[in-house]
Amino acid sequence: MQRQIEGSQAIAQTVAMCRPGVVCAYPISPQTHIIEALGAMVKKGELEHCEYINVDSEMAAMSVAIGASAVGARAFTATSSQGLLYMIEAVYNAAGLGLPVVMTLANRAIGAPINIWNDHTDAMAVRDSGWVQLFAETNQEAVDLHILAFALAEELSVPVMVCVDGFILTHSIERVDMPEPEQVDQLVPPFEPRQVLDPDDPVSIGAMVGPEAFTEVRYLAQVRMHRALEVIPELAERNAEVLGRPATGLLHPYRIEDADVVVVAMGSVLGTIKDVADDLREEGVRVGVLGISCFRPFPVEQVREALAGAQRIVVVEKAFSIGYGGILSTDIAMAFTGQTVPIHTVVAGLGGRPVWAASLRKLFVEAHEGRLADTVYCDLNTGLVEAEIERMALRRRSGPPAENVLRDLATQTGRA
Amino acid sequence: MVSERTPVRFYQVGSFAVGNRLVALDQRSAQSDPERANSLTSGHRACAGCGEALGARYALDAAMRATHGQLVAVNATGCLEVFSTPYPETSWRIAWLHSLFANASSVATGVAAGLRAQGRSDVRVVAQGGDGGTADIGFGALSGMFERNDDVLYICYDNGGYMNTGVQRSSATPPAARTATTQAVGPHPGNVFGQGKDMPRIAMAHEIPYVATATVADLFDLESKVEKAMTFHGARFLHILVPCPLGWGSLSSDTIRLARLAHETGIFPVFEAEHGEVTSSLPIRRHTPVEEYLKLQKRFAHLFDKNGEVKDAETVAHLQALANRNIERYALLTEEPS
Repeated sequence: MQRQIEGSQAIAQTVAMCRPGVVCAYPISPQTHIIEALGAMVKKGELEHCEYINVDSEMAAMSVAIGASAVGARAFTATSSQGLLYMIEAVYNAAGLGLPVVMTLANRAIGAPINIWNDHTDAMAVRDSGWVQLFAETNQEAVDLHILAFALAEELSVPVMVCVDGFILTHSIERVDMPEPEQVDQLVPPFEPRQVLDPDDPVSIGAMVGPEAFTEVRYLAQVRMHRALEVIPELAERNAEVLGRPATGLLHPYRIEDADVVVVAMGSVLGTIKDVADDLREEGVRVGVLGISCFRPFPVEQVREALAGAQRIVVVEKAFSIGYGGILSTDIAMAFTGQTVPIHTVVAGLGGRPVWAASLRKLFVEAHEGRLADTVYCDLNTGLVEAEIERMALRRRSGPPAENVLRDLATQTGRA
Repeated sequence: MVSERTPVRFYQVGSFAVGNRLVALDQRSAQSDPERANSLTSGHRACAGCGEALGARYALDAAMRATHGQLVAVNATGCLEVFSTPYPETSWRIAWLHSLFANASSVATGVAAGLRAQGRSDVRVVAQGGDGGTADIGFGALSGMFERNDDVLYICYDNGGYMNTGVQRSSATPPAARTATTQAVGPHPGNVFGQGKDMPRIAMAHEIPYVATATVADLFDLESKVEKAMTFHGARFLHILVPCPLGWGSLSSDTIRLARLAHETGIFPVFEAEHGEVTSSLPIRRHTPVEEYLKLQKRFAHLFDKNGEVKDAETVAHLQALANRNIERYALLTEEPS
C-alpha cells in the first residue's frame, strides 16, 4: 500500500512485520524514532510475542540482542554513531559468534567534534567486524532491505546491518509502498537457528579458541560472507516477485552501459548524483552511476563487471580514513588491480554538510576533462583551514581547533 | 609405597568431600550423587585449590536441581570462562554462553527475554562473573539488570582481583593487599584504603527481590542460597567469596580454611536480604582476629615480620576495624565468642 510516511516509521513498521522476539532500545539521535515506534507497538499489543527492553547503554543493547539470539529469538536493535562505537566490542562478538542479529544503523558522524548529522564514518568503523552492511538509497529501499536483512541473517547465521542516512532518510516523509504482513511472512520464514542454547541439548557457545583453530573459525566467517554474495541476489529476486516492484540486491547501476565517467557512491546521495548525471548527459557528457547496496561483503566481481567500460571512476564518499583517504575508493581500486583506469575520491557530505548538485556537477565535468585531483574534499572552506594552519605555525598554544574554526567562520560570514 | 604403619583407608569416608566414589552408594555424600548435574565437570584447567571452580560447581549444580535442569548460564570473560572452555574440552554440561567481559548481565537479560518471547517460562537464567566483571567493567550493565528487575540470578565469584590476567587490583581488592598493580613497596605498601565497592549493599540499594552472600567454606549454606534465589523471580544477586591460591599467595590446601576465616573474622559477612532489607546473617561461631586470616596469605606478607608477628600494627588495626564494622552491621556475634 502506498503511504506518505516518515522513514523511521516505515522502518519500524517493516521490522514489526518481520516479527522480532526481542527489541532492545537505547536512544541516540537520529535512530530514536525507530525504537520509539516499535516500543509503542509492543506496548499497545500490536506486536505480539515481542519483548521490548529499555537498556542502560548501547553495549547492553547489542548484548541483550546476543543473548536473545542465542536462545533462538529474532533480535533487533538500532543505533547510530557514538552508540555504534560504544557497542563495538559486542558488534564484533555477535559476528564472531555467528548470531543473526539485525540492526538499523541511522548513519551519523563520529565526534569529536560532536555532530549529530549524517555521514558514513560510523558504518566504516565496523566494516571489518563480520557484519553484512547494506546501504539504502531511499526509504523504499530501507523497507525492502530490512525484509531482506532478516531472511539473509537467519539463512547464513550472520548479523546484518541496514545503513540508512540519518535525518536525510530517517526523518524524511516520502512515498513508500509498504508491504502487507502476509507478504513479509512469505519472505521472512520463522527463525530456525543453526545454534541454540537448549537445556535439553546443551552446547557451549563462545568457548575460547587458541591458535590451533582460530584461523579456521575466522575463515568460516569469510565463507559465510562470500555465500551472502550469492544469497542476496536470490533474496532480492524473491522480494521483487512477492512485493511486485524492483528490489535491491548487491548493486544498482544507472545509465552505466555507455558511460565514460562512472560515479560510485552509497546511500541517499545517489539521488542527487543521478540528477547530475541526467543533466550532464543532456549536454553530451556520458556519465553513469553505480550504487553500492552491499558494502560488506564487498561484491568485487560484480563491481569489476559493472565498471568494465568506464574510462574514469569517481567515488563519492561520506567518510574517509584519516591519514590515508577514500575507503570505498580503496575497495574499488582493489577491484581494478592491474588496470589503469583513473579512480578519484570525492569526500562529501561530512557531518551533515549538504552535497549540492552544482558542486558535484563541477567535479564530474573536471573528471570528464581529466582535470580532477586524486582526492577532493567537496566544498572545503580552504580559508578556514588555512587560517588554522597558520595559527598552529605561529603559536605553540594555538587552542582548540574546533573553537578556532567556528570563531573564524563567524568572522568570515560577518556574524562575529 | 604405603608404609605398613599407615592403614589403607577409603578416601575420606564419612566426610562431605567431593570424592567418596569408592564407598557404597548409600554411604556416599550428596556431592557424589549420580543424579548430580556436574554442570562444571572434571578436566578443566583451574589451579589446584581454586575457590572459584568449587563455588561455580556447587552454585550451578544447586541451580540445576532447583530448576529441574531447565537452566541457561551466561558467563563473563575471566578465569572461570578461560579454564573451563578451550575447544574441544568444554567442561560445561549445561547450556552455556560466553560473550564478553563487561556484558554478562545484559546477555542474560537477552536470554531471559528471548525465552519469554518464545513462551519458555520454565527455563531459568544464571549469569556469572568474577569481581572485576561484576564490580568494575560490568558494573553499569549489572545495575541496569537490577534496575529493570530482569529475571536473572547473577553470581559474583569474588577473589578480590584480576587473577586471570596475572593478579591485578580490582575494586574488590581488600585494602593493604599486594597485587601486581598495588605493589608491596613504598610508604603505603599494597592496595589503598578507599571506601571499597560493597557489591551486596549496592545490589540491595536497587531493592531487588533477593541478595545473599556465601563462601566456599559452607557449601550447604551456598547451595541453599542458590536454591532460595531460584524461588524468586526478578533480579537476584549472590556474592560468593572464593579464595585464590595464586592471587592470594596461599596454600591450595588452605582455600576452605581461608574462606571460613574470612567469615569468622568478620572480613566477609555472610547474610541474606530481601527487597533491600537484611533478613538473616550467619553468626560467627569462633570469632577470630583478622591477623589469623591475613598471615596465611602472601599478599599481606608485608604486614608481618619474618617470625609471623604483626609488623604493621596500624594497618592490621585498620583492617580489624573494617571487620568489626561488618560484625556490628550484620549482628554476626549474637552469642559470646567461645
